[in-house]
Amino acid sequence: MAAVGLGHYLAVAAILLVLGVFGIFLNRKNVIIIMMSIELILLSVNLNLVAFSAALGDLVGQVFAMFVLTVAAAEAAIGLAIVLTYFRNRGSIEVEDVNLMKG
Amino acid sequence: MIADIAFYIFAAVLLISAAMVVSARNPVHSVLFLILAFFNAAGLFLLAGAEFLAMILVIVYVGAVAVLFLFVVMMLDVNFARLREGFQRYAPVGATVGVVLLAELALVLGGWKFAPEAATLRLAPRPDQVQNTAALGALLYTRYILLFQMAGLVLLVAMVGAIVLSLRDRHDARRQDINRQQSRRVADTLELVRAPLGAGIASLGIYRPITAPAAADGQAPPGSDNPEVHAPAPPAEVH
Repeated sequence: MAAVGLGHYLAVAAILLVLGVFGIFLNRKNVIIIMMSIELILLSVNLNLVAFSAALGDLVGQVFAMFVLTVAAAEAAIGLAIVLTYFRNRGSIEVEDVNLMKG
Repeated sequence: MIADIAFYIFAAVLLISAAMVVSARNPVHSVLFLILAFFNAAGLFLLAGAEFLAMILVIVYVGAVAVLFLFVVMMLDVNFARLREGFQRYAPVGATVGVVLLAELALVLGGWKFAPEAATLRLAPRPDQVQNTAALGALLYTRYILLFQMAGLVLLVAMVGAIVLSLRDRHDARRQDINRQQSRRVADTLELVRAPLGAGIASLGIYRPITAPAAADGQAPPGSDNPEVHAPAPPAEVH
């Protein structure tokens, strides 16, 4: 069990990112799970920013992580509102059904 | 040493719960595992010395975003079992992409190093003897004030957008119309009728109960043996 350093944080963040991408592929139909996977990916990005900020002693990384959190929260709110509206109109949230604008 | 053990515990639970988020059968379980993942990520932030961000993560993500997900999952009446069709079919593709991505990240992780001048390029070196929250605030409210305000604007636009998107104009809703209320007159709603004395209301064509036309024809509906129903019917109309 080695002493925890920057590399450990980066490894955890990398695995988290891969899990998020895997989740997008795995749940190709369920928009809500896809959005949760996006949240996981953004969380891994934040983990990277905070780890580098701690390793370098630079606070800007944490400021940037805060802005990432803000944008992620806005994205979740808008995305869920769109899912809700779509469900009202079509009665389903399958991604493959989203072809209203195909012409 | 304790911090190391805590790191391994937080990391392990974070990764396991993230795996459960993407593979859980029930979306509600997915959301709950997402909350667990956020909690453990907050623990990792704490260990890295970012206390303020850890608290923000717990408050904003667990308190707002994850609960929003929970609301939507529980509100939508979706057949989630049907959404899981093709789960097995998509798994190999996803696993392939994931393995490739992980291998690439491992390559990067094995070969990177800090630039020699990285320590001198720091924009805001962490001050000593200052709490993380105070240092972050001093930075956020001075140098990054414009970005901070713009982040607030992003949240405002997101809020307005979410409301506009999900607000439904219901046509069957009984809504107050001040204009109509103010311009209403007595003659519009009230009618004064001079009823003959002792004739009852039958002469006006009003029967009670409302289903009485059958009774007015003299054929009493079965079961209605209430004499008051038939009593107002004038005999001249029956015969």
